[in-house]
Amino acid sequence: MARNGSNARIPVPKAPSGIQGLDAITNGGLPRGRTTLVVGSPGCGKTLLAMQFLAHGVLNHNEPGVCLQFEETAEKLAANVRSLGLNLDQFIRRKKLLVDHIRIDRNEIEETGAYNLDGIFIRLGHAVQSINAKRVVLDGIETLFAGLSEEAVLRSELRRLFRWLDEHNLTAIVTGERGDRTLSRHGLEEYIADCVIVMDHRITNQISTRRLRIVKYRGSSHGTDEYPFLIDDDGISLIPITGLELTHTAVKERVSTGIPALDEMMEGKGFYRGSSVLVSGRAGTGKSTLAAKFADAACGRGKSCLYFAFEESPSQIIRNMASVGIRLERWVRKGSLKFHATRPTSAGLEAHLAVMQKLIADSKPDVVIVDPITSIFSGWDTLGTKLMFTRLIDFLKVRHITSMFNHLTLGSADQTTAHESVSTLMDTWITVTDHNHGDGEPKRGLLVVKSRGMAHSRERRELVVSKGKITLGGVLRNHAPSQEVVE
Amino acid sequence: MKSAKKVSHKPVSKKRPAPKNSDFWELRLYIAGPTPNSIAAIDNLRKICEDRLQGRYRIEVVDLLEKPQLAKGDQIVAIPTLVRKLPAPVKKIIGNLSKAERALVGLDLQPAS
Repeated sequence: MARNGSNARIPVPKAPSGIQGLDAITNGGLPRGRTTLVVGSPGCGKTLLAMQFLAHGVLNHNEPGVCLQFEETAEKLAANVRSLGLNLDQFIRRKKLLVDHIRIDRNEIEETGAYNLDGIFIRLGHAVQSINAKRVVLDGIETLFAGLSEEAVLRSELRRLFRWLDEHNLTAIVTGERGDRTLSRHGLEEYIADCVIVMDHRITNQISTRRLRIVKYRGSSHGTDEYPFLIDDDGISLIPITGLELTHTAVKERVSTGIPALDEMMEGKGFYRGSSVLVSGRAGTGKSTLAAKFADAACGRGKSCLYFAFEESPSQIIRNMASVGIRLERWVRKGSLKFHATRPTSAGLEAHLAVMQKLIADSKPDVVIVDPITSIFSGWDTLGTKLMFTRLIDFLKVRHITSMFNHLTLGSADQTTAHESVSTLMDTWITVTDHNHGDGEPKRGLLVVKSRGMAHSRERRELVVSKGKITLGGVLRNHAPSQEVVE
Repeated sequence: MKSAKKVSHKPVSKKRPAPKNSDFWELRLYIAGPTPNSIAAIDNLRKICEDRLQGRYRIEVVDLLEKPQLAKGDQIVAIPTLVRKLPAPVKKIIGNLSKAERALVGLDLQPAS
């Protein structure tokens, strides 16, 4: 069979991994008919990546797969990836996937002279042949080094094994543990030269950040950054920061903010349906009131709303809002308004995000409110946090769900630098501020900082919240928000 | 070369009552084609058995080129691999058995020195 590996001018054929983002930064996937080395520390997601690659082959390319699993039993492997949306049992039943657990225990084995690893070759060959596999995963093959003492034999046998994979035109992933001096613990990168991917899992400030980097890809261009990635219900997804795929279609339909005067500031029509709205401001500036009014209006139109409350209990919110004339209880009773209240504990961002996405997918609301996002998405500066938030917004957008996120700020809401990174992700950004100047009564101001795709008012209006009425008053001119003066 | 020899030493006829487990040795040698290592392993194993276990052993040679599906069951990784099925517990030794001393230790025929 003709090979073109040495000819760099012919583009390397690719086998799509099916992992969102990875195929984008590799310009199409892993090198077809070649072996890719994926290294990383325990728990970084390399097994999941490999199994997703196999599953994608089965589901979308009619390419059956074989996994030689050196670390876990087939049952354990299936259980581990089941929670991440992969149903291996089903593939196995349909004879599209074969998992062989290769266990080797040094204590059980006496070495009594020359040997080779034909046992592995035979098992792999038999498995590949029996289901006509096109994709192969060797997961945790370095455990052989712990089980067998003849390192020289092992090395030459591994070299032979990787050559065997090439000769049989199999697209393969070999996973390895991260080493100290070498990329993988036993220097597998010496033998696998076509494509090397490094995965990493760091935890800083209780926020876990996973990153992936393509160290090498022979014969192909590839992204060279460290790309953050997520593991959620759909497995691994990685979003190139600079190359976000904005595939959702923009909707022209508008939805009322629930406050006619605020609608007026936005071409008289309010938000775009399916857009994301950020409302930021200090404590007590009326963010929750805006959110409640928005939810009330949506329910009033016969739509449904899912309200994530991270600081107050639903009954507290209902009571407080009733005091300003927003009667939410009727919608709760009717079932159109659902609250989900949790404490933003150290459960971890990924877990929160997973729960939120699940609830949204299940109840299919028209409007989602997150009050406040600050509680769960702290530390905006980290790439991982931003990525996760981006994922949530994308998730909402493709479903045309209009979302409002309340953002509690410590300083003035106008101090844009603090949440620049959040606001750039949003279609609409509204700030609410305190104005406490001179002898008059303290006032609240509302400003539409930005709103994509519309000619919105750029005036700061007074936000008037009184019993039974939320409206906007006159324009507040030339008054710096009070806290900048006071602090 | 294809036909792998199935060498079976059956010193005890099937009709006779089976000897006590602890006395009888059931050995299975996995090979992959008649390679020099495999042939050496067969020869070395026979020698050991004749020396130590005369009349109370059975050797089954499994050629995985012919029966690849059998590799999984006994967790065969290296070739040749000898599996002591009886007496219990199951023991596994790998290599061509040229290091007789280690083979004897591995089979529990000689205490480790």
